Amino acid sequence: MADIALEPVEDLEFPDDTHATSTGISNTKMAMWVYLASDCLLFGGLISTYLLYKNRPGSIPGLAGSPLKASELFNIPFTSMTSFILLMSSLTMVLAVNAVMGGDHKRMRLWLSATCVLGGLFLAGQVYEFTEFVREGLGYTSNVSASAFYTLTGFHGAHVAIGIIMLFSAVGYSFRKQLQAEAVEVLGLYWHFVDIVWVVIFAIVYLIP
Amino acid sequence: MALVEDHPPLELGSGAATVSKPLGVFARPTATHGWKSWLFTVDHKKIGIMYGVAAFFFLLVGGSEALLIRTQLAVPGAKLLSADVYNQVFTMHGVTMIFLAVMPMQSAFANYLLPLQIGARDVAFPRMNALSLWIWLSGAIFFNTSWFLGGGANGGWFNYAPNSGVTFSPGHGIDFYAVGLIIMGIGSTVSAINLTVTVLNMRSPGMTLMRMPVFTWMAFVTQVLLVFALPVITVALFLLMFDRLFDATFFDASKGGDPFLWQNLFWIFGHPEVYIMILPSFGIVSEIIPVFSRKPIFGYPFMVGSGIAIGFMGWGVWAHHMFASGIGTLSVLAFSLATMFIAVPTGVKILNWMATMYGGRIRLSTPMLFSIGLVAMFTIGGLSGVTHAFAPADAQQTDTYYIVAHFHYVLFGGALLGLFGGMYFWWPKMFGHFLNEKMGKWNFWIMLVGFNLTFGPMHILGLQGMMRRTYTYTEGQGFNFWNLIATIGAFTIAVSLILFMVNVALSYRRHKANPVDPGPDPWDARSPEWMIPSPAPEHNFDELPVVEEVDEFWHRKYGHDENGRLVRIARTEDVVQKGDATDVHLPSPSYWPLVMACGFPFVGYGLIFNYWWLVPGVLLIILGIFGWVFEPSTDPSAGHHHDDDYPTDDRPDAVDGSEDAPTDAEAGDGEVDGSSDDADERTLEPAMASTEETTVG
Repeated sequence: MADIALEPVEDLEFPDDTHATSTGISNTKMAMWVYLASDCLLFGGLISTYLLYKNRPGSIPGLAGSPLKASELFNIPFTSMTSFILLMSSLTMVLAVNAVMGGDHKRMRLWLSATCVLGGLFLAGQVYEFTEFVREGLGYTSNVSASAFYTLTGFHGAHVAIGIIMLFSAVGYSFRKQLQAEAVEVLGLYWHFVDIVWVVIFAIVYLIP
Repeated sequence: MALVEDHPPLELGSGAATVSKPLGVFARPTATHGWKSWLFTVDHKKIGIMYGVAAFFFLLVGGSEALLIRTQLAVPGAKLLSADVYNQVFTMHGVTMIFLAVMPMQSAFANYLLPLQIGARDVAFPRMNALSLWIWLSGAIFFNTSWFLGGGANGGWFNYAPNSGVTFSPGHGIDFYAVGLIIMGIGSTVSAINLTVTVLNMRSPGMTLMRMPVFTWMAFVTQVLLVFALPVITVALFLLMFDRLFDATFFDASKGGDPFLWQNLFWIFGHPEVYIMILPSFGIVSEIIPVFSRKPIFGYPFMVGSGIAIGFMGWGVWAHHMFASGIGTLSVLAFSLATMFIAVPTGVKILNWMATMYGGRIRLSTPMLFSIGLVAMFTIGGLSGVTHAFAPADAQQTDTYYIVAHFHYVLFGGALLGLFGGMYFWWPKMFGHFLNEKMGKWNFWIMLVGFNLTFGPMHILGLQGMMRRTYTYTEGQGFNFWNLIATIGAFTIAVSLILFMVNVALSYRRHKANPVDPGPDPWDARSPEWMIPSPAPEHNFDELPVVEEVDEFWHRKYGHDENGRLVRIARTEDVVQKGDATDVHLPSPSYWPLVMACGFPFVGYGLIFNYWWLVPGVLLIILGIFGWVFEPSTDPSAGHHHDDDYPTDDRPDAVDGSEDAPTDAEAGDGEVDGSSDDADERTLEPAMASTEETTVG
């Protein structure tokens, strides 16, 4: 039995828990990273589906369903604008994280709200785009390329919507209790991920003919 | 020798427990005994046991379905099941055994053992752990209610398109399949993320990745596979659901859909899934064999490395399930080669287990019997698997009973035998008493004989040309004899399962009548979970073990003399923990995981039958989320050591004005702040506090 050169646990406690884990990354942040990794494959599957089907009504003769393709209806300038808005929301998210790290909760609320608004604008744009497409005759079940398009962009839209709800709840919550900087950071990870996915979708779905 | 480090137990500031009311309405659950303590628990051990019980129940359900199949096939032209019911029965059997029996039973062991083996007090997110159990269970029950609501799924467990479309499967069975598996997938994803973070982040001081027990490693690889495989099947299931419920045409070839897409998505998930089912069992026998051979695992780094290699290569072989579907010569060649290669790391494992046993002092206790059974039976299954890797041979074998024989040898002979071995091995740790050894041996031998009687003949039947998924055969086909043998074998397996249940009941009664404490370390074992009393105390470790090497616990008990012989250097009683620490703070129980999980079946019924059902479902889920968010992961009156918060508000929320006892951090730092206690609440895991070297004397 040897003496063991260990200090009592209490003396080793750190003021914040980011150092408390084996990797030095907090549990919540790690969990978000793992979740986002998982989500990559979700979008991977949906993007593959779209790529497989995007030319389906045109390239295979004799198929049932509308010959209209989603890509024929794209309004690139409009979608570029909503994409820009979504990308700007990443900037406001960064500013929110920056604010909360500096301990400025008022400014954090401001930037989080701005992120919410920008995300909401993007969603509104998506809703407008969808209704426009439907008006021009491309419904969800018109043909397989339409289904794939709506499913992919719809799943992304759902991610944005959930992000907005989380941001909104965070703003509301921060009136009641101070948010931890890291909570906002983790939220930011999610938000940036959703934005990056949109960049990929925009490039693959809208820009590549 | 290194002993348990000498930390004083954590101190909790005094103060009577005040029940906090997170939403100002609901009190937290506080029961520590009875059914309430199970229903609302966040303790990983109780959750693990509940996973096990539920999985065993579904094993019996799936087993009954198997008996129906075998009875139908016992004689030619049997009339027990109609073709339609037969289709449902074998589909439900497959899905039940995979998603409702084997996977959750692996979860049971992973939940129970991972924190114990890495020296943690709980998983990273205890409430999320409860959530994943309840979501999985709600999905499993939802899926099985299809029997009473128009019949089960009937397209085989992989439900190939276009058969899965509304045209060919107009009933609701496949809707239940799609929605049920999505629900269970959500639960499994949550669990996989949670356990991945647990292994990465919650290891006790000195427990580097390459000091983790092999089971932990294999379970960890499994969780990573789940994290990446589940979203793929989720996409496939969503597309199927949209096809069936919202008239999309993703898999309808007449409207431009591509049935291959389903096959690819399904098997990109489906092949890793095979390893998801087998790797934890590999881990279990890698724990058992060294203990009962009294030798360290042979080639620990290779054991770990081959597990990781299997995990990686498992992503590159999915199309070998599709050799007969016309994927093209190049694809067939590539996937054929990859499939042959994946036999290499598996072979490494087999050889390492045998090398571990070689020259060891082998005790043939029940867990060891099951483990050796796994090694032998899995090898047979692996060899028949290699024969499928040759595409020309596979073209002959596809959809015959040869395939059925193969995957039962790897899943029953591999996964399930390992799980039973694990149950016999860890039973004393989980419940504080042994299972009867004599009955255990009978259990093993009857199961082994029954298993080989059932599935051995299927090799022959398959090569004779008997197709799987055909509800009967005729007199002149020459299938009579081996089918009868297989049916006798299936009932023999049923006998062994009954014997297991009798064993559980009798061992429990004997224990109640005459309790004999098995002690912390009944098997003279090697990994950290044996350093604590049996059954494991609620707080796991009095002091978190400081780990210096693989098989830390063994090396605290045994050393080598100058001649290199194994000698005992400490009595087991001196190196184990007493389990009597009283002031360790644990995450508090919660209603919300259960509330949230209850919403999912309603959503499922809503999607399938009537959208009005969505309302209660969605409301329950939202209520669950908000209750959860506004409830601190640990009752502020009890103190805590875990982060378990929803990402939106990563902080506990003490209710203003409640008379919270100061937590240890507050007490320790002297920073008691009456107005805001958020930062102070987040005390450290003592586990992570120190990685200092201990001096070994």
